[in-house]
Amino acid sequence: MNEPYKTTVEDERAPVIEPGHTFGTVTEKISAIVLTRPASNGWFAGFGIAFMLTMMMLYAVGYLFLKGIGIWGSTIPIGWGFAIVNFVWWIGIGHAGTLISAILLLLRQSWRNSINRFAEAMTLFAVACAGIYPAIHVGRPWLAYWLFPYPNTMGVWPQFRSPLIWDVFAVSTYATTSALFWFIGLIPDLGTLRDRATHPAARLIYGALAMGWRGSARHWARYETAYLLLAGLATPLVLSVHTVVSFDFAIGIVPGWHTTIFPPYFVAGAIYSGFAMVLMLAIPIRKIYGLEDFITERHLQNSAKVMLATGLIVAYGYGIEAFMGWYSGDRYDAFTLWNRLHGPYAIAYAALLLCNIFIPQVLWIRKLRTSPVALFLISFVVLVGMWLERFIIVVVSLSRDFLTSSWGMYYPTRWDWMTYIGTIGMFLALMFLFLRLLPAISIFEMRTLLPEAEVKE
Amino acid sequence: MKRDPIYGIMAEFDSAQALVDAARHTHQAGYQKIDAYSPFPIEGLAEEIGFHHNRVPLVVLIGGIIGGLTGYLMQYWMAAVDYPINVGGKPLHSWPAFIVITFEMTILFSVLSAVFGMLALNGLPMPYHPVFNVPRFAMASKDRFFLIVFSSDPKYNPAGTRSFLEGLAPRSISEVPS
Repeated sequence: MNEPYKTTVEDERAPVIEPGHTFGTVTEKISAIVLTRPASNGWFAGFGIAFMLTMMMLYAVGYLFLKGIGIWGSTIPIGWGFAIVNFVWWIGIGHAGTLISAILLLLRQSWRNSINRFAEAMTLFAVACAGIYPAIHVGRPWLAYWLFPYPNTMGVWPQFRSPLIWDVFAVSTYATTSALFWFIGLIPDLGTLRDRATHPAARLIYGALAMGWRGSARHWARYETAYLLLAGLATPLVLSVHTVVSFDFAIGIVPGWHTTIFPPYFVAGAIYSGFAMVLMLAIPIRKIYGLEDFITERHLQNSAKVMLATGLIVAYGYGIEAFMGWYSGDRYDAFTLWNRLHGPYAIAYAALLLCNIFIPQVLWIRKLRTSPVALFLISFVVLVGMWLERFIIVVVSLSRDFLTSSWGMYYPTRWDWMTYIGTIGMFLALMFLFLRLLPAISIFEMRTLLPEAEVKE
Repeated sequence: MKRDPIYGIMAEFDSAQALVDAARHTHQAGYQKIDAYSPFPIEGLAEEIGFHHNRVPLVVLIGGIIGGLTGYLMQYWMAAVDYPINVGGKPLHSWPAFIVITFEMTILFSVLSAVFGMLALNGLPMPYHPVFNVPRFAMASKDRFFLIVFSSDPKYNPAGTRSFLEGLAPRSISEVPS
């Protein structure tokens, strides 16, 4: 009955894939980035810088191993400095990739097909960056495997009543699932690359990775079932991961941490920052590789809308935190709020409100939602804002707890900064490699979006 | 045992619609051992060639149950039996605290069984397969659609099957050496 209405709405939106494409052109265009187009000077420059930053991180981490945690700014009372701030920031960024690949698949949002592959890669690399921090923060990183329950000569087991051990399980399950989900999604496309590559080494490598995929109908049937089930499993998983990360704080009694709003507001914040990162990656990639036909205005708009919505949930979270500071009547909670507004880190809290709440409201304007440059800048602001949020939760809460005698200030050292900027470099270096070595857009899922893919009974 | 030198006869089609129609006709004509190849998943194609028992969900269910039990029993045994420590008088079998890891282990085992179960049921990885002997089959991962009747099919005979497939108006027909 509402067909005419539906059509007009569809017509107003930009298409998911520009008209005029066939199975052949889609295959050609996406696989050419990997197989035939030579790497540009820009790619080498970008990869070179990212690689050097990665080396800087390795240097900082190497020096940390040599000297110990003392080279960082984290000290009592602020024992969780940059390491935990950056861990939470990175793992949050990863969440958007899973949201796009799993949750939007279950919701049948087919526009996701052109951005899910690199969003999943982003997840994987962000989780890799996140995973570094807890491992190097344990003090004796070579003993980080003690986190896992393995039979040992000491005769002890981990403390399963601690949220920190929950986090070990949540994050390692998440890393495993993200990697497998990504790889399973790649198999048919690896088959395409195997069949199209001309260099014998490329044929061999892609052929080995494709594992003999031949597109049989029976294989597709099992593949689709497995893929759907993986999406169904990844959906509660991704929500659980940031929930468990928030438990690291919420289970503790520190004012500013001990609150029940944390799980939903952490998850929303994770998706918020993740979509910002998706946009910061998608906007240059579509421009440089001429993929505007596949990553259209519609994708930018939709991502901007998700950012706007999750940003408002985050704003609600801040509002409830402030409200509870007053309404609970707990003087420490009230002081936490006062301290955020007027304490030594007030400037960070003001910047947080500006970056996460006020500036992103411009996304209500349609013109800005469709402008790549504006979206790129707003996404950057959101990423800064979400980093500040974690800084305020971790550092500001610890700096002013119950007793004035245990108050202190946190000053990050150059080693903190080198490690943080270094992980950004590592993330970008992995992204650069991914773009050149694997299809950045899922070729087989793009084929299903074409009108010729439709079959009548 | 000597292998049949011919693995089957393969017909090539231009569109997904043509492949689905051809698969239906071939299956209705009484051919049992057939397969269809496409560059993307086509809904209903597997049913047309007589594939009805998809056991992936069962594998995942079993994996998930094993994972959940492993997660819970592991924590119970470690925290209450093998290494009982009294922390602030909390019960040793403090089950609410064990739920998170039980959940994560359920997901982990389900995911592993979905991935490796699907690959195992599909017989992957498979380093050699006769269909790749047909040079045009390289297009099966791009924009062409293929239907094969295996030589092991009871109804198969080289001339008859070939002329049957020709009746489906394919773009080309090739014999697949094994």
